[in-house]
Amino acid sequence: MSTATRETVAGRVGDSAVRPDAALKVRGEFAYSSDLFADDMLWGATLRSPHPHARIRSIDVTAALTLPGVYAALTHADVPGENRYGLDHRDQPVLAEDVVRYQGEPVAVVAADHPETARRALDRIAVDYQVLDPVVDAELAMAEGAPVLHPECPGGNVLRHVRIRRGDPEATAEVVVTGEYRVGMQDQAFLGPESGLAVPAEDGGVDLHVATQWLHVDQSQVAHALGLPPEKVRLTLAGVGGAFGAREDLSMQVHACLLALRTRRPVKMVYGREESFFGHVHRHPALLRYEHGADRHGRLVSVRAEIVLDGGAYASSTPAVVANAATLGIGPYQVPNVRMDCWGVYTNNPPCGAMRGFGAVQACFAYESQMDKLAERLGMDPVELRIRNAMREGSTMPTGQVVDSAAPVAELLRRVRDKPLPPPADPTDPRDLPGGVANTTRGDGVVRGVGYGVGIKNVAFSEGFDDYSTARVRLEVLGGEPVVSVHTAAVEVGQGLVTVQQQIARTELGIARVTVLPADTGVGSAGSSSASRQSYVTGGAVKAACERVRDTLCALAATRLGREVGLVDGKLVTADGAVAASIADVLGDEVIERTVEWRHRPTFPLDPLTGQGNAHTQYAFAAHRAVVDVDVELGLVKVVELACAQDVGRAINPQAVLGQIHGGSAQGLGLAVMEEIQVVDGTVRNPSFTDYLIPTIVDMPPMVVDVLELADPHAPYGLRGVGEPPTISSTPAIVAAIRAATGRALTRVPVRPDDIALAGSASRPVPSRPEVPCD
Amino acid sequence: MSNHVAVTVRVNGVDREIEVDPRATLTETLRDRLGLTGTKKGCDRGECGACTVLVNGRRVLSCMTLAVTAHGAEVTTVEGLSSGGELHPVQRAFLENDAFQCGFCTPGQVMSAVACIAEGHATSDDEIREWMSGNICRCAAYPQIVASVAKAAAELGGAAR
Ligand code: FES
Ligand code: FES
Repeated sequence: MSTATRETVAGRVGDSAVRPDAALKVRGEFAYSSDLFADDMLWGATLRSPHPHARIRSIDVTAALTLPGVYAALTHADVPGENRYGLDHRDQPVLAEDVVRYQGEPVAVVAADHPETARRALDRIAVDYQVLDPVVDAELAMAEGAPVLHPECPGGNVLRHVRIRRGDPEATAEVVVTGEYRVGMQDQAFLGPESGLAVPAEDGGVDLHVATQWLHVDQSQVAHALGLPPEKVRLTLAGVGGAFGAREDLSMQVHACLLALRTRRPVKMVYGREESFFGHVHRHPALLRYEHGADRHGRLVSVRAEIVLDGGAYASSTPAVVANAATLGIGPYQVPNVRMDCWGVYTNNPPCGAMRGFGAVQACFAYESQMDKLAERLGMDPVELRIRNAMREGSTMPTGQVVDSAAPVAELLRRVRDKPLPPPADPTDPRDLPGGVANTTRGDGVVRGVGYGVGIKNVAFSEGFDDYSTARVRLEVLGGEPVVSVHTAAVEVGQGLVTVQQQIARTELGIARVTVLPADTGVGSAGSSSASRQSYVTGGAVKAACERVRDTLCALAATRLGREVGLVDGKLVTADGAVAASIADVLGDEVIERTVEWRHRPTFPLDPLTGQGNAHTQYAFAAHRAVVDVDVELGLVKVVELACAQDVGRAINPQAVLGQIHGGSAQGLGLAVMEEIQVVDGTVRNPSFTDYLIPTIVDMPPMVVDVLELADPHAPYGLRGVGEPPTISSTPAIVAAIRAATGRALTRVPVRPDDIALAGSASRPVPSRPEVPCD
Repeated sequence: MSNHVAVTVRVNGVDREIEVDPRATLTETLRDRLGLTGTKKGCDRGECGACTVLVNGRRVLSCMTLAVTAHGAEVTTVEGLSSGGELHPVQRAFLENDAFQCGFCTPGQVMSAVACIAEGHATSDDEIREWMSGNICRCAAYPQIVASVAKAAAELGGAAR
């Protein structure tokens, strides 16, 4: 019998464990997809359409091939499999054939011995375009007689329409407010550009090292386009420099593989920043029309809404975005009568798809703006109005789904409301003022405003999708010590998933040494690192695989020791708590390995006519209070402070949870006041960080964060997805604060200086002058 | 190679002699010629700070610096910060404060922070924000970056200056 004392290992569930990749990241040794090199490697580059809509009459690559150093120049004719890919619909060509549908659509790819040579080769490819009028307005695209962009789509340019009908859709109310809102096109703007390395393999297949969000969905799309069986297309995750949804769709994956297979040499592709703006999908711009009806006490009677989401040229994940906007579109409120119609539409604008909080972000800006408008109409406090209507556990969604775990919407609102307000700005310190050290203001014309927002998001994939993850856990004894390795295909994008996997294995097995193996397609699918789902689903899979390993170990120990034992803190322990043996004693040189496929509770499709159905498996909530200072004359905004309260069910890693809340809130801030891809006639006008602004360290306000842990009994450890909710509610809170400071209606995000400073856009009087020190 | 130029540069304490295209940036030269991929390229046009390195102790955007202009200079990249396996205090502070998520901006943030502290620009949180504002973090680990720079500054004596 072992006499070793029992010790609880550090870095378990609930600890702020340090990321296993942290040291590599601070040393600059973590290999991102753009850092990969291979001997004999070529560089790939992509020729893109300059037109948002054009017919291709001919493509001639001859001149490119004659340039010394060029090894291949490929077009659609060189795609061996089906020249189609896509997440929900395979509607997107790998390389354009007869028509291009958006500016930046890939038309040809080249491989050369130097990136500069590859770029010059692109200039030598002659494409004869017949330019067509682009369809650029989503509402007009839905209209009768609009040019149809995808003839195979049964709904014309309408890719998906979700209708929800609940209660009496024609219900009348004492107080009615209406509003029309718009959300601009936001970019994920991850810092590490699209990149990867494709290496041709002996067996005629290819090995692809790439930054993505879901290895297996890439694998199946790449294999389909290459005309290869999936097992000949092997993917390994390279370091991911942020994702935020933009890596859910393919970018350079098929292109690099095509070039590698053609040239029989490794091919690396790395997009530049400008190209990156064309290389991935964006957040759907939205037009949202709402009518809220309430009784005179502020109890919501009905919500009627129409939402049009501009999906751009290809489907990407538009169908899921439409479902989210529709099903979450009235917000975390109890409303007996709902009529909601949401459309996702094809246009010749840049394709739109996944971005953090998708669908929910757009709707939240509109419904929260409406709640403020209603509060004003009723003369009620906006937080009080929200609390009065807040959903709670047991509430029914407009889809008829009953929310069957914690939904502390009122509590989240109370928490942010009750935080002390920050002190007034110091008018002598320009850093405290809107415009900062640019010294544009001396404090005259600066008005403070406070605003609130609360949002709801579904966690994981919905509507009956078979959403699962696979984990393989291996236990062995190395150098006398038990060692665990965890193998999944789950993608670490910075959210801290490798840490979570390690923490779960330590918790379940009580073993300190846990290695998370590189993610690759050598193990089953883990699903996507999106929809705030990985801690839940891959976390669940790792937990389940560890439990199997533990059961096997205990059974083995029982045989060897001749009595029942359990595994406690990494030791085999009898019923009376005495340590019976160490793992090393029992296991010797045997290895226990278990692979588990794990699913969350099933979800169900929405009824096509009424939108009724238990479509989502879990809901998550966050609330924000924003405090802003606005120079009402110059239109400059400084976000002074953001308070956030979020229920995470269980904080698996409190430090990482905080990071997600900061990061999400900042991206919501970006959408509120600065981030927009400017698209004019289908053409992107600002594909750079000079012209597309994202929040800097100066723009990021101090944050006060409350994390609630109300366990969801259906989820592993009770956890609730974390990543998206803070992105959703920060935008409307900030805009509400700007409205409070300026009196402007502000029905569109991002709010631009013009919207604040220029006369003519006010729907309400500017607040009384005494708040403005001098005039 | 005929129009290439010979450049002598001391990188992370090692003298390197390389023939470079006069148009090549320091970012490309470090990454593609010297294999020092710790220096990141987030924009290649001076907008993001991911490529920040030290040239003769001063922080520069290596994507806006031609490699030829580093002739005779001393260049320090993130790979050259730690000595003998020990993390530099700034690196340690970033690690302990979880001052990153994806980590792509981190080498640039770390190099910028080292210079920021040495410049004496890390005496308060406001000052740190101002002088670190050339380094974008899309994951927005900003609160932890401020905390890390402040902590490292206290340790390195930069805060007192
Ligand atoms: S890569 Fe140099 S500033 Fe962005
Ligand atoms: S950690 Fe991802 S960009 Fe800074």
